[in-house]
Amino acid sequence: MTWPFKPFDEMTAEDYADIGLMCGLEVHQQLLTERKLFCRCPAGCYSSEYEAEVLRHMRPTLSELGEYDGTALMEKKTRKNIYYRIHPDTVCTYEIDDTPPFFPDPKAIDIALEISLLCNLNTVGEMHIARKQYLDGSIPTGFQRTAILGVGGSIPYGDREIGIRQLSLEEDSCREVSDIGHDRICLTDRLGMPLIEVVTEPDMRTPQETAEVCQVVRLLCRGTGKVRTGYGATREDVNVSVRGGTRIEIKGVPQITRIPLLVYNEAMRQCGLLRIRDELKRRGVTPDTFVASSFDVTRTVAKTHYQPIRLGLDEGHRVRCVVLSGFAGLLNWTTQEHTTFAKEFSDRVRVIACLTTTPNIVHSDTASEMLIVRDWKELRRRTKAGEQDALILVWGDEEDARTACEEITIRAKEATEGIPSDTRQALKDGTNGFERVLPGAERMYPDTDLPPMAITEDRLDRIEAQLPPRVWDRIARYRALGIPADTIELLCVSPHAGLFERLVDGLGINPTFAAVVLVQRFKALRREGLGVDALLDADIYDVFRVYGEGRLGREAVVVLLARACLNRADPDFEGSPVAGELSAMACDPVSDGEVQAMVADELAALDDSLFATDGKKYRYVTGKLMARAFGRIDGRRLADAVALALGVKCDERRRQEVRV
Amino acid sequence: MSDDALKGYRGAARKVLRSHGVGVWSDVDVVSTKGKFTGLILPRSETADDEHIVLKLASGYNIGVAAAAVETITEHGRREAHYKIPEKDFPVDPNKPNVVLLGTGGTIASRLDYRTGAVIPAFSPGELYGSVPELADICNLRTEKLYGVFSENMGPEQYIRLAERIGEAIGEGVDGIVVGHGTDTMHHTAAVLTYMVQDSPVPIVMVGSQRSSDRPSSDAAINLMHAVKTAAEGDIAEVLVCMFGPTSDQYDLLHRGTRVRKMHSSYRSTFRTIGDVPMGIVDQEGIRYLRGDFKHRRQDRDVRINTAFEEKVTIVYYYPNMKPDIIDAIVEKGYRGIVIAGTGLGHINKPLYGAIKRATDAGVHIYMTVQTLWGYVQMYVYETGREIMELGVVPAANMLPEAAYMKLCWALGQADDRDEVRRIMLTPVSDEITEREPYNGYLVYQGAVPEVQEFLRSIKR
Repeated sequence: MTWPFKPFDEMTAEDYADIGLMCGLEVHQQLLTERKLFCRCPAGCYSSEYEAEVLRHMRPTLSELGEYDGTALMEKKTRKNIYYRIHPDTVCTYEIDDTPPFFPDPKAIDIALEISLLCNLNTVGEMHIARKQYLDGSIPTGFQRTAILGVGGSIPYGDREIGIRQLSLEEDSCREVSDIGHDRICLTDRLGMPLIEVVTEPDMRTPQETAEVCQVVRLLCRGTGKVRTGYGATREDVNVSVRGGTRIEIKGVPQITRIPLLVYNEAMRQCGLLRIRDELKRRGVTPDTFVASSFDVTRTVAKTHYQPIRLGLDEGHRVRCVVLSGFAGLLNWTTQEHTTFAKEFSDRVRVIACLTTTPNIVHSDTASEMLIVRDWKELRRRTKAGEQDALILVWGDEEDARTACEEITIRAKEATEGIPSDTRQALKDGTNGFERVLPGAERMYPDTDLPPMAITEDRLDRIEAQLPPRVWDRIARYRALGIPADTIELLCVSPHAGLFERLVDGLGINPTFAAVVLVQRFKALRREGLGVDALLDADIYDVFRVYGEGRLGREAVVVLLARACLNRADPDFEGSPVAGELSAMACDPVSDGEVQAMVADELAALDDSLFATDGKKYRYVTGKLMARAFGRIDGRRLADAVALALGVKCDERRRQEVRV
Repeated sequence: MSDDALKGYRGAARKVLRSHGVGVWSDVDVVSTKGKFTGLILPRSETADDEHIVLKLASGYNIGVAAAAVETITEHGRREAHYKIPEKDFPVDPNKPNVVLLGTGGTIASRLDYRTGAVIPAFSPGELYGSVPELADICNLRTEKLYGVFSENMGPEQYIRLAERIGEAIGEGVDGIVVGHGTDTMHHTAAVLTYMVQDSPVPIVMVGSQRSSDRPSSDAAINLMHAVKTAAEGDIAEVLVCMFGPTSDQYDLLHRGTRVRKMHSSYRSTFRTIGDVPMGIVDQEGIRYLRGDFKHRRQDRDVRINTAFEEKVTIVYYYPNMKPDIIDAIVEKGYRGIVIAGTGLGHINKPLYGAIKRATDAGVHIYMTVQTLWGYVQMYVYETGREIMELGVVPAANMLPEAAYMKLCWALGQADDRDEVRRIMLTPVSDEITEREPYNGYLVYQGAVPEVQEFLRSIKR
């Protein structure tokens, strides 16, 4: 293993192969439905306003096979009060768990099946709704209703296949407002939104690959035109492990671009923790010889000037000290960029003991500005700790301080074994922090409120018959058609991708022109505040049809579509938003001879002495003619005619460039 | 392949399992026309169709594979699930009160029943302690499972045995009794126990849960803790129902057995005291009494048990256009008592008069209650009411229809004389009839009204 790690930018595929990096993805994608999954509340209505609050506590329950889930037991320790903010416009009694579920939205099931088929998954014959326990309060029931629709699929990536383990249909969770001390506040508006989770096998080998595969899955989903877009509509969990390490889940990554650095830091953390384990072993500290003890040292530090502890003492808090035998020096060892091993302890104390104000620990490996040398000496004397031992101080109310000591001890013992299985949260700087213990299969429980639902052959046949082309096939086709790279991905997810095919195949429109209008120009119009999404495919088709007949100039297409948007947005406007505009602008096709005549007229009226070069003359005449013939003759056609008349050689690059 | 190995499987699915020599708890690869599926074969719910085989995947998810699509099944081994709620010895502390929990059904801690797909309860003190260890801080708990039925299946046999067992337990010296019960008919049982078990020296607290205890946000543990606390430490020596006050995890309300009713099919805060105010509030801190007019805890054991019960009694929920033949049929079938839930102040339509007269002439005892639930029967206000009374129908004041039903069953179990039955019916045992209705005994607030919204905003519900 190479240590220290090279900087992120310098890491190569070989470096990652060297540490045995393996990554998998869990891509969550909200579906575009009118209603939530298990009730009739409107989908996609978000508001942080609320009219009442409901308080809940969570208790661990037994799994179907009679086991308690580790995560559940951990959450129980946190003793959280969870407050759900509710508003009658966005939630009903289902979301707050006072009404049993209604049958799941059939449209959501159809969309999930469609994506299952696109991922080449083996679809199940019967959908069984499971309850996946979440005791962190993210769902008021304490579980998420979820069901598998397909297993064992794959998608192509470069020259290999990436395995898709499963696809499930589930309800979305709450949005967290705050989590301070023992009180967690959640918003319920997003709760219950239909969502799919696509889980890949751990087939990715570098951070970059992981991000690229994520993008393929995202495009695949969005290419159906039946999923939600916008911030938070797609969220990823990234699973990371290195050789000798363990699977760590980094949760809730909102942007694909953040994946690579997160993977890099987690790989570094796992290598760093393995290095710490080896060092402990060298020092003779193993799971069997591990010793830790904790003491109430409130009196020992009663006179401290260290502000965080001082404030705690003033509130009547207790200060406790954990002595970790043989750990001296290790707490400063690096685990992630700008992060040391000590953060592993601080995180646990924050999450499980609910001591959320940081710093929440100080340790004996830190520089002396925290506590003065005399304090540490006194603490070592009081706890009978030796120079080879590390000391960690925590402060809080009696019970929280005790819980914190227990957690520090648990975490330290885990260090002698390697890397604990965690779910970790993605932080903005690319590092990650502890969120909870990684849940196991024990947290799954059959939902007894709804019976299993058969997925009939008829249903699958109907969906299969209307399946859009696979995104990788589309990308290949668009490339072959010569569509610019920056337009390909956008066209894949465009709601007009189907229309594009009809324009190109049916009307013989130049594919690049069609793609650029439908994607780039529409994007620009949208930015200008025009409602291009309200235009019907039929309206757009009409405009292109007239253009294809040669009765409309290239430049006029976008202008006309922009006017159509205004007409659509006008509540008093009746009838087709394009018909009137078309009859005003379209004209009979102009022959080459007529174009040449126009050019000749214009050139004849020109005072040659005003132009130093033919190039300048070319630009002036073309500009003038374009203004005259706007909407009727393509700018390019005019430019070519002017160039021909003047004998100016057109710049090849500019000719190929698409200008609309 | 034994029946047990094909648990719940019927028809096509059963045939496929049998022909491949596999059964429930087989770890298998199933190759079907849809592809390959790997998992553990689970038992099938008997009410599910006979066309699918249930697999538990390694991820913990269950899926169904269509039996008709199966090509091959290969068994790799067997892995039987042994469901067991962690059992720990319930600690005994001689300084703590002794409480007995009588189980009739309902769930406190529970597990899945593969056969029906429903949940079945765990019950022993060890199991309860494993699930709700907080109970040991309150009392020494003993449990007895009398029945394991859903509350809709409770009936006279169960009421009588329960009342007798409560009497015996009191004789044995317990400090309080908790009755675990399904919620649907908890108020029926609470009413009949109030009549059958009188002058109890200790609290008799009925409890259940609206969300089964196999759910992390279940109300079961909190309800149980509060009920046990009320039985162990409370001063109200009456039959009480202890269930969630608000839907939030805050406190339980203690309701008098004759004035309580389940008012929502699924809300946690479904039980409400009707036409009066609850007896108390119980939370982690303790019990707060909301009124003083209750029977206090005593040291003696002088309880009176009277399990009289006549089964031939019915409730008639009146509706416009009701035909007299319904009443005639009831009389013809030998019913001895009818509780009518009438409209408004206690009314029924004129076409029924003849049938009512025939019924009372035949010796059937008829009592009038109101389907508005809140308020008194008042049959003097309108002429209709006076006419109905002349037919022999007795107004039952502000008895809830279910409480009146149980009372009439109990009264007819011990008397037939018109006046005697009337005396029993109209002499309240424990507020099934109250002399006055406080103004705050009727509170059904309406949402969206500004001041109500303001109230909701300012409190946790």
